[in-house]
Amino acid sequence: MSNTQITGKVHSIQSLGALDGPGVRFVVFVQGCPLRCGCCHNPDTWERDGGTAYTPRELLEKALRYREYFGKEGGITVSGGEPLLQPDFVRELFSLCHEAGIHTCLDTSGCILNEKTRSLLAETDRVLLDIKYTNDAQYREYVGCGIDTPLSFLAYLNEQHIPVTLRQVIIPTLNNNVENILALKALAKAHSCVDKLELLPFRKLCQVKYDKLNIPFRFGDLPEPTSEEIAWLENA
Amino acid sequence: MEHKNWIGFQSGVWQDDINVRDFIQTNYKEYRGEASFLAGATVRTEGMMKKLNTLFTLERQYGGVLDIDTATVSSLTSYSPGYIDKENELIVGMQTNRPLKRGVNPFGGMRMVRQACEAYGYKLSDKVEEEFRFRTTHNDGVFRAYTDEMRMARKCHVITGLPDAYGRGRIIGDYRRVALYGVDRLIEEKKKDKKALSDCTFDTAHIRQDEELYQQIAFLGYLKEMAAMYGFDISHPAQNTREAIQWTYFAYLGAIKEQNGAAMSLGRVSTFFDIYIERDLANGTLTEEGAQELIDDFVMKLRIARHLRTPEYNELFGGDPMWITEAVGGMGEDGRTLVTKSSYRILNTLYTLGSSPEPNLTVLWSNALPTPFKKFCAKVSADTDSIQYENDDVMRPIYGDDYAIACCVSAMKVGKQMQFFGARCNLAKLLLIAINGGYDTTGGIHIGPQMPVLEGDKLDFDTVMERYQIYIEWLSRLYVNTMNIIHYMHDKYAYEKTQMALHDTDVERFMAFGIAGLSVVADSLSAIKYANVRPIKNDDGFITEFETVGDFPKYGNDDDRVDLIAKDMTHRMITELRKTPTYRNAIHTLSVLTITSNVMYGKNTGATPDGRKASAPFAPGANPMHNREENGALASLNSVAKISYDDCRDGISNTFSITPEALGRTEEERIDNLVSILDGYFAKKAHHINVNVLNRETLKKAYEDPEAYPNLTIRVSGYAVNFNKLSREQQREVISRTFHETI
Repeated sequence: MSNTQITGKVHSIQSLGALDGPGVRFVVFVQGCPLRCGCCHNPDTWERDGGTAYTPRELLEKALRYREYFGKEGGITVSGGEPLLQPDFVRELFSLCHEAGIHTCLDTSGCILNEKTRSLLAETDRVLLDIKYTNDAQYREYVGCGIDTPLSFLAYLNEQHIPVTLRQVIIPTLNNNVENILALKALAKAHSCVDKLELLPFRKLCQVKYDKLNIPFRFGDLPEPTSEEIAWLENA
Repeated sequence: MEHKNWIGFQSGVWQDDINVRDFIQTNYKEYRGEASFLAGATVRTEGMMKKLNTLFTLERQYGGVLDIDTATVSSLTSYSPGYIDKENELIVGMQTNRPLKRGVNPFGGMRMVRQACEAYGYKLSDKVEEEFRFRTTHNDGVFRAYTDEMRMARKCHVITGLPDAYGRGRIIGDYRRVALYGVDRLIEEKKKDKKALSDCTFDTAHIRQDEELYQQIAFLGYLKEMAAMYGFDISHPAQNTREAIQWTYFAYLGAIKEQNGAAMSLGRVSTFFDIYIERDLANGTLTEEGAQELIDDFVMKLRIARHLRTPEYNELFGGDPMWITEAVGGMGEDGRTLVTKSSYRILNTLYTLGSSPEPNLTVLWSNALPTPFKKFCAKVSADTDSIQYENDDVMRPIYGDDYAIACCVSAMKVGKQMQFFGARCNLAKLLLIAINGGYDTTGGIHIGPQMPVLEGDKLDFDTVMERYQIYIEWLSRLYVNTMNIIHYMHDKYAYEKTQMALHDTDVERFMAFGIAGLSVVADSLSAIKYANVRPIKNDDGFITEFETVGDFPKYGNDDDRVDLIAKDMTHRMITELRKTPTYRNAIHTLSVLTITSNVMYGKNTGATPDGRKASAPFAPGANPMHNREENGALASLNSVAKISYDDCRDGISNTFSITPEALGRTEEERIDNLVSILDGYFAKKAHHINVNVLNRETLKKAYEDPEAYPNLTIRVSGYAVNFNKLSREQQREVISRTFHETI
């Protein structure tokens, strides 16, 4: 059922997203996240209050101004924040996108799986699933939730045959080891829906955002991985 | 008509008329494949390039000018032949008798030549001074006729960069005609045209044309003499690839020996050459390696072309450019692509010879271009930052499929249209003059209609627009009249004899006006409309500063509220310009292009209501102001795409810089995404884009340590430059521009 009265809380819009999903994409960063990942580069999207209110149609109208750039592969990506916190809004947006023939992509941690988020996934063409670590202990220590829901989320995506890009931010000293990468690859292999694996280097450019918000950057003292290190892990 | 050197070509009307387009259409072979056939540089090419790089280093060490011949006036036959390496050169011909030695060309004006010599430690010879003592130069002519008001507008920089002291350029001879027909046939046709005039009434226009034809015919003769000095007889058509390239180059060389125009563009030669290459490959007289070598050698010659300029000129047009623009690709009217293997070969020179600002390789982009070619272009852009793109789907319906680009963004049918170049006026400064009722606060002079300074604590949008319109009308009329004088005098005292001999006799003319400061004006008017702008007066009662309170929409964010102000400004300007008739009934056109003069224009403009400080640079061309874009790269592109090409037929320049990281994770992704961006931008009917894929840090390092980056090429505004050849100020401005990065 379409609900045109819904509004979503949007942190910001990036008209050129070339890194979050296939092709050239219009990226919507939603406001609000239930997690507090130590490596997060968007701490300004954490708070659930704030952001700019948009109706799904308003956002669609904006996205349509860029459809000429999407080519065969591109489309819209909703990132955040955590889009799963606003499932009705994102579902409605994706449904409108599909009416307009625009490919939809969801960038998520997979930390909420319920009837509403399942309903959102029915309108999702691809999921960028950020598996933060491959064990429960690190999840609880550095993310703020257990690994069980993200794994169930992945299992559900597999069941529904929704294409998945599995991603992980590589953080020196925490998950830049072969055991972790092999576990991640095993996870990918065990789910036929996963057709791509991306290892993203941990970056500290966001330090300025933390300083501005007066929040400590938990991983601010960790080093950034080199591109050689990422390439080495990719081949592990 | 038949000629033995045409054997193997499909016949057509091109044999009976001078019609290079028809020759291309009936003979070229489109190429829809990939770049894998390309050959690399040969040992010979590498050796030649090594010699050139040594010369380039020397030139840099000598402060930008290696040598000047101060005693010889540049013309087609005034220098003995010069070579880089006579034994190994495949294509010959030099502007003077030695590579990178610059000639003097005083026909545009003596003062500039004198100053240029002095700036580099030379003195113009007494011989040249004596020769020109009783000669009127273009510059002399213009200043005899300029009114006081024109001089003042020039002095206070509300109109700047006018070609009143040097050659106007922006004329493209159809250099291919020399290769296809040989010079004798061209002379014969011109003689016929001259004879046909004898039945006309001899009014001013006909007398002028009659004399021009005389000069064209004489210079075609000199062109033959010039080639003969190098041992070639170009009176007949070229018989193979090497001759086709050599003949075409001789024609271009004749033009740049005769004229020192600001932009001396090449046209659209690569697909023309391809026809000869295909014929030679088929008859076994040429290999792929050999074909690339010939293109490489030709491009080397283009890379050493130079004109002597003053430092003051370099401030406007930084980096010692010649704008040897070559249009590559595009589509034909019949739906076949004009991409051939030689479109690839000419782009390949950026690999075989290394990246370079010249020739100014310009890809005519169409949605219908073959995908492998689109990807190859994107790869070349990402690797070299040396090419620009212009919208063939927007231009082809207007100019057909044998047009080329003069300078940066000026389209014209090759050999059928030319333009009277007119630099640009400063719209931001004009806004300040209007607000102050005809007073220029930076120059301290009264100019234009005299009125009271706008009163009140808050600038009112409608009042400002009403006032601004009065000054737009005033400036437009003044601008057209000034241009009429300049081009009348240029035709009279420095007519382009070689280049015009390579045009149809009945040529269509454009008069190209330009504007600078578009984004500053759009944002300033937006601030006045949507925020509170309080004018602050100085002790003399003139407004010199503004206090802007509140937010306002800024150009570059795909926000119609301000983008349509920018679009409206261009429409107002061209509408006003059209009201004053032009010299020789030229068609009024308008460009939004600054070259590097956005720095100088900014320097001469006071603080503006958008928050820009006095003397701060403008954004280049039609670019949004630096770092005011909040919604990413595509929003910025969409804003620029709204400026209508119908209002700006002389081009709308946009420079786009993005970091490789923001374009994709792998090389393949970056190429595919860049292709999507170009497809999207041009589908929006945008006109032009310069693409740089690089990090700001690279430029900062090159700024600190120029020697470590001798060949760093970047696209600026409609052309490419060697970063090291920009002034420090221009370099800082380039570094401060928006780089679209990952967030």
